[in-house]
Amino acid sequence: MDNEELISRLKPIVAVYAQDKVALESMNPETDFIKDLKINSANLVDVILDVEEAFDIEIDNQSMEKMLTVQASIDIIKHKIGLK
Amino acid sequence: MNKEEILNLLPYSAPFHFVDTLDHVDENGAKGSFTFSPELDFYKGHFKDHPVTPGVILTETMAQIGLVCLGLYLLASSAEPANGHVMLTSTAIDFMKPVFPGEQVFVSSEKIYFRFKKLHCNVQMTNQAGEVVCKGTLSGMVTKKLNG
Repeated sequence: MDNEELISRLKPIVAVYAQDKVALESMNPETDFIKDLKINSANLVDVILDVEEAFDIEIDNQSMEKMLTVQASIDIIKHKIGLK
Repeated sequence: MNKEEILNLLPYSAPFHFVDTLDHVDENGAKGSFTFSPELDFYKGHFKDHPVTPGVILTETMAQIGLVCLGLYLLASSAEPANGHVMLTSTAIDFMKPVFPGEQVFVSSEKIYFRFKKLHCNVQMTNQAGEVVCKGTLSGMVTKKLNG
């Protein structure tokens, strides 16, 4: 799965919780979930849980704390998929 | 952590303490009760001459018993116990019956998930007649900072 495909699968998950729809439209690897998309910390947990389900992976606490941007999420998702 | 320790850890005091008893708590849920004293201040204004317990107070009561008591129990038994402020992060509650001054209510909660310090629960409140007063879902978290 390449980055573009991962972003396209990530976007509908994030869209449910993103408050800034303009930032969502231009979502790119540098997009920050909290600063750019205005997702609150409680909904960030929901993003992670939905990512787990969508990609059939398990995300540990340490990885979760790093998943604050699209790029960081892609790296972690790729890593977790690779472990399967 | 036992029920008494949880009650002592609750970060509330009068007039915003809505837990009398914590009757049961385990990893899946909590049960407790509260009696609304007719002397509570909000009855003077909600409503003028017709006191009835505000829905936000019923929600708060369900949150304190069902979410916070359970959350404190789960945090204490988790691998990395956390200190911080508890905060309510979402509510979706339906209200079926009014609760009048002096009534005792019973709250039960059922964990949906507890991940990354966020607790998401089904909660339900019943009255002394056993009728469902309100029910729905609540979520809360523990945070180090109170402004975000």
